[in-house]
Amino acid sequence: MNRYPAWKYVLIVVVLLIAALYTLPNFFGEAPAVQVSSGKSTVKVDTSTLAKVEQALKSAGITADGITLEAGSIKARFGDTDTQLKAKDAVQKALSPDASDPAYIVALNLLSRSPAWLAALHANPMYLGLDLRGGVHFMLQVDMQAALTKRAESLAGDLRLALREKNIRHGGIARNGQAIEIRFRDSETLTLARGLVQDQMPDLQTVDTAEGTEYKLTATIRPEAARRIQDQALKQNMVTLHNRINELGVAEPVIQQQGTDRIVVQLPGVQDTAKAKDILGRTATLEMRLVEDGAEARAAENNTGPVPFGAERFFERNGQAVIVKKQVILTGENLTDAQPGFDSQNQQPKVDLTVDAKGGRIMRDTSRENLKKRMAILLFEKGKGEVLTAPVIQGELGNRFQISGSMSVNEASDLALLLRAGSLAAPMDIIEERTIGPTLGAENITKGFHSVSWGFLVIVAFMAIYYMLFGLISGVALAVNLLLLVAVLSMLQATLTLPGMAAMALALGMAIDSNVLINERVREELRGGASPQAAIHAGYERAWATILDSNTSTLIVGLALLAFGSGPVRGFAVVHCIGILTSMFSAVFFSRGLVNLWYGRQKKLKTVSIGTVWRPAAAGTAGASGVATK
Amino acid sequence: MEFFKIRRDIPFMRHALIFNVISFATFALAVFFLFSRGLHLSVEFTGGTLMEVNYAQAADVGKVRATVAGLGMNDVQVQNFGNSRDVMIRLPAQKGVSTAQQSDAVMAALKAANSDVTLRRTEFVGPQVGEELAQDGLKALAMVVLGIMVYLAFRFEWKYAVAAIIANLHDVVIILGFFAFFQWEFSLAVLAAVLAVLGYSVNESVVIFDRIRENFRRYRKMNTEEIINNAITSTISRTIITHGSTEVMVLSMLLFGGPTLFYFALALTIGILFGIYSSVFVAAAIAMWLGIKREDLIKSGAKKDEDPNDPNAGATV
Repeated sequence: MNRYPAWKYVLIVVVLLIAALYTLPNFFGEAPAVQVSSGKSTVKVDTSTLAKVEQALKSAGITADGITLEAGSIKARFGDTDTQLKAKDAVQKALSPDASDPAYIVALNLLSRSPAWLAALHANPMYLGLDLRGGVHFMLQVDMQAALTKRAESLAGDLRLALREKNIRHGGIARNGQAIEIRFRDSETLTLARGLVQDQMPDLQTVDTAEGTEYKLTATIRPEAARRIQDQALKQNMVTLHNRINELGVAEPVIQQQGTDRIVVQLPGVQDTAKAKDILGRTATLEMRLVEDGAEARAAENNTGPVPFGAERFFERNGQAVIVKKQVILTGENLTDAQPGFDSQNQQPKVDLTVDAKGGRIMRDTSRENLKKRMAILLFEKGKGEVLTAPVIQGELGNRFQISGSMSVNEASDLALLLRAGSLAAPMDIIEERTIGPTLGAENITKGFHSVSWGFLVIVAFMAIYYMLFGLISGVALAVNLLLLVAVLSMLQATLTLPGMAAMALALGMAIDSNVLINERVREELRGGASPQAAIHAGYERAWATILDSNTSTLIVGLALLAFGSGPVRGFAVVHCIGILTSMFSAVFFSRGLVNLWYGRQKKLKTVSIGTVWRPAAAGTAGASGVATK
Repeated sequence: MEFFKIRRDIPFMRHALIFNVISFATFALAVFFLFSRGLHLSVEFTGGTLMEVNYAQAADVGKVRATVAGLGMNDVQVQNFGNSRDVMIRLPAQKGVSTAQQSDAVMAALKAANSDVTLRRTEFVGPQVGEELAQDGLKALAMVVLGIMVYLAFRFEWKYAVAAIIANLHDVVIILGFFAFFQWEFSLAVLAAVLAVLGYSVNESVVIFDRIRENFRRYRKMNTEEIINNAITSTISRTIITHGSTEVMVLSMLLFGGPTLFYFALALTIGILFGIYSSVFVAAAIAMWLGIKREDLIKSGAKKDEDPNDPNAGATV
């Protein structure tokens, strides 16, 4: 009765092999590395970049342990940190000769030393949380109300314009919070206006009320439109953050949406929080200014004369100088959207720009007076301006206009991105911040490791002494549990944190419960006079129901923690839940397998090694009765 | 080896009333401290900034406090953290001053006073996050209680569910009482530990209830009190060994885990000790008061056909 069919053993062996395979990468440790990724959306990292990096390393006399190109970044591993730093300098010099305008991000990183064949199997080491590797964590709250107010403001402007175009007379448009209120003298005009809103402004819903002799139409943003606006605002802010973080040269930044209005930014390895916060919180500004024309300006452009009074010299991306007036027509504040698209007439790529009502008015006046002149769009970052584009004004512009001509599809989408990225869609506040120094991270790893290993050793030693062979089997099962836990965490690429390591220790402490239950039950059966084989069988069978019940209740707790926990609690909960599941396999299925292997085939089994089975009846000769220890 | 050479069932339930009174007194005391002293909540819940700095030599906490106070920040706490060279500084959230400025200003002042200071970690939590965390914590607690009750009511019966939850919430409140009395810092990790204890001691109650159910099926002639006594007696060795093993792990964390895991491990230690007590003396006693009966658990008529003298009748699980 204590025999497993062959397939169960095969299953155990296969599971153990897979677990060992996926646990393996964690033992190789990490090697210092240099990571090269693109610094601008226009620059791609490809095989030619790889060749450049290899060339740069060769000429500097540095040999890398391995260079790989994957997912748009080049990673080169080195033997020690000295070589790593030297290599970083060499690569940086070769790829970005102009330090003030780097096309590539060259960052220091740590890479797993595990061999390539493991990586090919997607067997990667566990991802260490910031508290174990050091770095900065920010949580930013996007002010969605501000985004909606901004949108309402621009819609109010659009509405005013539309009413004027249709010659609908109104008694004033005002924005009240996020609602737009329009007053009318009579109900007919109100009906007309309502029809207009319904036709032209799908984002708005209207309610009309009569106030004394006046009629009032209140337009508000539809909930689904509001959701879309919020979503867009969040996405745009994430893009903007991404662009800014690229400048920091972080190897693996994490920028994630959390909930509907939050962004989590994690910068492993970054220690200079002041700089990080400065860059995250920076307001890049976009400005539209007219291009200075005339002979003087032409001369200044060619660097043959001085810059005229009231003008400044800026450069385009390709190095072409542009002389622009100091007077600012519009700023990024007024720009509400920029989207790439195709011109309906000539199928040329274009970028559609939308500015708010105020911007539209200014744009109309300026364009009327400056037809056929050039207008430059400048992006100021780090106090340095750059001309994104300087198109010629072709007609009178409103609050929607386009930039087109001599652009590729990629250029159009890059330009749209840059225009959008110039400003945040909505203001953001840092509502949570964590910095962990690298030494603290390393200490935390050691502490977590010591906690787990010492506790583990003491438990195994005790079990082996108290329950003899059964205890030893329990110890092996516990080790298997640890192996499975680490393997599953590595497979899921879950983030291991210090609370996670605590959960690991606790999971082991609780997993032994199943084995204690089983061993106690087997002893009890033996005490009751059952034959060894029957005792093993009954012990496992009866303990199973209890194990299932107790683990389920513990799992309920784990799931609740996972659902409602945040930050450290979540890290704890993930490991806790997985630990419970793996313990069911190791403590029951696997340990039974070992017991069956050892005792199952012995037909006339007289004794089992499970320590003393004490019988009240034979108290005088305790330990000597019936079942001896091996 | 065998630690538990018990000849006959220990009459745990004979003194159930006394234990319940003790439990109630401890519980009342814990509630009293919770209200009178309150929990010393960490920055995660209250919002504010926490900085951990490291000095090359033993730090002069008084001097650090003076330096920080010199910046005009009120209500600043400065204390050693783990060892004499690490100092923890807690700054309350200030309106109008961004955290970046706050922590940078403190760091600059500390650097000016003593150049060999390094920043080990900073943590800033906005007040709204703190509130949410507290709410999420309560939600998690409610979910845990509900989930466990439903599960136990389904697997056993409502009386067991009620008994287990009362016993285990009593553990949780007592842990909180300890944290209130000693003014230990109550952080998110401690919250996780408290909830883990809840699951852990339910686990314990379940093992005993499981045995009670089995005994009801097996020993037809015993009354409820004897059944419970027997169930506790026959699981006591497992209870002690399991908890001992878990406690070894927790102690290992307490000793080697460093200051970050200290309170986490401490909460678990208290929880485990009271978990044993509450499952043995409280949960079963409440279940007894609630009047658990054999008939509640054995409903199917088919089993009645079995020989009442057969010790293994109905024991198949």
